[in-house]
Amino acid sequence: MEHIRTPKVENVRLVDRISSKKAALGTLYLTATHVIFVENATDTRKETWILHSQISTIEKQATTATGCPLLIRCKNFQLLQLIIPQERDCHDVYISLIRLTRPVKYEELYCFSFNPKLDKEEREQGWMLIDLSEEYKRMGLPNNYWQLSDVNRDYRVCDSYPTELYVPKSATAHIIVGSSKFRSRRRFPALSYYYKDNHASICRSSQPLSGFSARCLEDEQMLQAIRKANPGSDFIYVVDTRPKLNAMANRAAGKGYENEDNYSNIKFQFIGIENIHVMRNSLQKMLEVCELKSPSMSDFLWGLENSGWLRHIKAIMDAGLFIAKAVSEEGASVLVHCSDGWDRTAQVCSVASLLLDPHYRTLQGFMVLIEKDWISFGHKFNHRYGNLDGDPKEISPVIDQFIECVWQLMEQFPCAFEFNERFLIHIQHHIYSCQFGNFLCNSQKERRELKIQERTYSLWAHLWKNRADYLNPLFRADHSQTRGTLPLSTTPCNFMYKFWSGMYNRFEKGLQPRQSVTDYLMAVKEETQQLEEELEALEERLEKIQKVQLNHSKVKSKPSEPSKHSGFSTSDNSAANTPQDYCGNIKSFPSRSPSQGDEDSALILTQDNLKSSDPDLSANSDQESGVEDLSCRSPSGGECAPSEDSGKDRDSDEAVFLTA
Amino acid sequence: MEFAELIKTPRVDNVVLHRPFYPAVEGTLCLTGHHLILSSRQDNTEELWLLHSNIDAIDKRFVGPLGTIIVKCKDFRIIQLDIPGMEECLNIASSIEALSTLDSITLMYPFFYRPMFEVIEDGWHSFLPEQEFELYSSATSEWRLSYVNKEFAVCPSYPPIVIVPKSIDDEALRKVATFRHGGRFPILSYYHKKNGMVIMRSGQPLTGTNGRRCKEDEKLINATLRAGKRGYIIDTRSLNVAQQARAKGGGFEQEAHYPQWRRIHKSIERYHILQESLIKLVEACNDQTHNMDRWLSKLESSNWLTHIKEILTTACLAAQCIDREGASILIHGTEGTDSTLQVTSLAQIILEPRSRTIRGFEALIEREWLQAGHPFQQRCAQSAYCNSKQKWESPVFLLFLDCVWQILRQFPCSFEFNENFLIMLFEHSYASQFGTFLGNNESERCKLKLQQKTMSLWSWVNRPSELSKFTNPLFEANNLVIWPSVAPQSLQLWEGIFLRWNRSSKYLDEAYEEMVNIIDYNKELQAKVNILRRQLAELETEDGIQESP
Repeated sequence: MEHIRTPKVENVRLVDRISSKKAALGTLYLTATHVIFVENATDTRKETWILHSQISTIEKQATTATGCPLLIRCKNFQLLQLIIPQERDCHDVYISLIRLTRPVKYEELYCFSFNPKLDKEEREQGWMLIDLSEEYKRMGLPNNYWQLSDVNRDYRVCDSYPTELYVPKSATAHIIVGSSKFRSRRRFPALSYYYKDNHASICRSSQPLSGFSARCLEDEQMLQAIRKANPGSDFIYVVDTRPKLNAMANRAAGKGYENEDNYSNIKFQFIGIENIHVMRNSLQKMLEVCELKSPSMSDFLWGLENSGWLRHIKAIMDAGLFIAKAVSEEGASVLVHCSDGWDRTAQVCSVASLLLDPHYRTLQGFMVLIEKDWISFGHKFNHRYGNLDGDPKEISPVIDQFIECVWQLMEQFPCAFEFNERFLIHIQHHIYSCQFGNFLCNSQKERRELKIQERTYSLWAHLWKNRADYLNPLFRADHSQTRGTLPLSTTPCNFMYKFWSGMYNRFEKGLQPRQSVTDYLMAVKEETQQLEEELEALEERLEKIQKVQLNHSKVKSKPSEPSKHSGFSTSDNSAANTPQDYCGNIKSFPSRSPSQGDEDSALILTQDNLKSSDPDLSANSDQESGVEDLSCRSPSGGECAPSEDSGKDRDSDEAVFLTA
Repeated sequence: MEFAELIKTPRVDNVVLHRPFYPAVEGTLCLTGHHLILSSRQDNTEELWLLHSNIDAIDKRFVGPLGTIIVKCKDFRIIQLDIPGMEECLNIASSIEALSTLDSITLMYPFFYRPMFEVIEDGWHSFLPEQEFELYSSATSEWRLSYVNKEFAVCPSYPPIVIVPKSIDDEALRKVATFRHGGRFPILSYYHKKNGMVIMRSGQPLTGTNGRRCKEDEKLINATLRAGKRGYIIDTRSLNVAQQARAKGGGFEQEAHYPQWRRIHKSIERYHILQESLIKLVEACNDQTHNMDRWLSKLESSNWLTHIKEILTTACLAAQCIDREGASILIHGTEGTDSTLQVTSLAQIILEPRSRTIRGFEALIEREWLQAGHPFQQRCAQSAYCNSKQKWESPVFLLFLDCVWQILRQFPCSFEFNENFLIMLFEHSYASQFGTFLGNNESERCKLKLQQKTMSLWSWVNRPSELSKFTNPLFEANNLVIWPSVAPQSLQLWEGIFLRWNRSSKYLDEAYEEMVNIIDYNKELQAKVNILRRQLAELETEDGIQESP
């Protein structure tokens, strides 16, 4: 609280990014956790809530006649432009936000004050939803080749690794410890994924400290042990996910990569994924393109190409494909590393797992995957996503890229995933929101020390509770696309990678398709379910009545029964038979109406914000669905709309098409 | 002329056919007057059955005695035929070349095609102008049908019947026709029932360098304005181009002479610029080198999506004038047969729910493209692979279909038809067994006696068995104006057309099937529940009657 210089500023304007002419007048509030903008317009009182932890940059722009503009960029790709009348107020807000958005202690983060009103037991259960030991069991471990090792008990060997790790049975503690000494940050080779069908595995580690000539017997034995754990193959792949040049440069610093001559039966392979700095700049460039005001097609495509973003996404996917093919088609085990083995390695291992194992394409399986390859293996969430004030050079959209890879796959295999796009978007949102404890800190060790599970809530439980919002209607457990390994034979071509407008322009609803097929189909499926139930009930009743009629005298003795039944049945009728009911209680039909071009996108935008950062989590669950989507199930409400859109501001619309 | 003269070798055995995503097939290649046929003579094996008129270009090459013909189709497909024997190969190649470039329309396949289906409704009579006019006449009495062009004497590219303001007589129309490019005097394109505003279209006014004017022209278009109201003239050329047109006798409406009209210039490209754009785009899509950056750069430099954006933006502007500004508009470019039609027809897609239904969209194409005199014969003579580079070849209609697809993608539940319907129209506009897209205007079609001698595309499409393939399962009638986004982020490459032969659509097709299943199952249950409800209701009233005494 002491950081808030001014808790409230009046007569602030929130500028609509698409049409600069329009701005909503309202009051700006600063709280310990949120920036809140409440519009003055008495009929709506629209609220925009932004969590401090979502804010990535605050920019104070040159004062103009109308006031002092403040530009707030968020990590979930929201962009807010405020105009504050007094320079002094603007400065105060700016200074306050600078401090508020850069917490120095974990305890300042929202998850420590966030209270979804669950009791202790519910919270504990929430943390138990995703259980990695269960996951290794599901893979078929332990078995004759792999065992759970306690070598890292109390994080004695490697402090960024979890305590529970699977290693080859033949790898003794001596070998592991020896190998760990020869690896950056002691991140020795450990199991990431075991492919039951043919015993091949994906292991991960950091780079070896080979320099120009150094060797380590134990490390060589460790790789041998991995190979032996797969009786079906006489070699293993060692995949270095860095560009060769980067890896060679590391040799000068006493690090580097495996020398094929020193390790028996390995096939060494570079796969050039760029480092976190290149990726950070690439995203920055792409976001600049997204921020352009009415860009031409050439501006956009040129900017997108120039950012290199899709090229990087493709590189990660190609690496995942290479590994998945090695495992499933060649039956060979793969050891993956980059430098420290916590960024590119996490991306590539999880993409490969997702391609190989349909379980990871389910809702729960996807949570497990993130828990396994990202959270437990010490992906540095705090550094990469800037939760606490830190070195800006450590920040990089590593997991964002993984999430996008999943989306790109979903676009190519629309029936293969149990979850939908909204699920990915909400996970991305919460990686930055710090509303739940899952993604705090840089390692399991830190999280345990901070007693995260006792003091915060788990995102997984929250997503699971609202899973109905995240289902892909096209997913069927017995569909060919959902079974087994995704077909890898068709190498994805360059033109298969598309700009993900649903993520990077997600707050500009005007740019998105105005009707959601996913939500439409979910509504149909829901209705189908109701119909199934009704059908059953009707059949039962029909049977009963027919019996009763056969035995006519009995009917007379119970005259009240039929009428009671028919009362039930009519009410049921109306619920099941008229799709209109799906939007009957949705007031905001106009959101799908023509006006979407401008004005309404602002409306949706603020409603979204309100929900997305609403401390009340239940509201948060349908950040994206809500008004727009449900109403599309039945446009019959359209009668009311013409009056709505006739009241629109014309100038703004014109501006869009005239300037475009 | 006999086709037999052109067919040097009617049949070659042991020809190997290579197609994208299919294993190679060996079979017998046959040439007929209109088709290239490859039969493997095995049951259940797909055969090649290709219209010569669908062939855009062929390449041939030889390795020893084995010849290879690469057949490049107007629908962008590329197939390869390996033909043993140099002479056979040369014969086949020259036959294909001759047969695919027949210069007489009456030799085209539609004049020989005998339908194998029963005609339920003759498509030639499905969309008569009188019927279309009835849709308006219930809402307004300010317009009338004019038969002034009955003999195609006033305007050769107009249909015999047009809709004009009631207060303007045929004599005035004749005068206006002499003042407009190609005799294309302003006529009604669309009447917006919601507020009575209209879209008119015409050719450019022939003002020339000395600012010629035409009182009847001014009177005609002013007759469409309500008292005290202003209208907009949307010129689909940049001001610069419009000014240059004056030197060639063309021009634009001067403010002084049209004080009630505000002129807006929106530049939409034409002719070879669009054709080159298509050629570049298809080339980029066929380039399979796996390099992300090159792809985006090629997509960008083709400018295809830029054209899409320009056309859509202008159509949105037109729709906005009508629906938001409450102003009538006149649209023209130079001839009024290309960009003008793109804009008027897309504006109707945006404004008019009927044009988003299958019937309504067919009517729109009939009205705004065929009867409006879009020169299909010239524009669709060649496609992306041809080197002839004739000025009049231009993918104007394909761009229109692409724009419709963009809107469909943004409003997936508001169209009664699906993507396949648009793809089908694209295919038939370039090569077809039906006569619908033959000729450049109604006058030519009359002379060719297409109605008597060929089958209409609509006769085939509007049969229930075909319609089911083109019906969008997600459709729910939406009575609103739909405003698409024209931001670059919202526009995408139409993969169904441009990547159709370059990527497997298996998984997308499966998804579509799944979607259809979900909706069909829902409908099936709905029907079952309704039947049971009725049964129950009947039983219960019987009960009631029995009980009440």
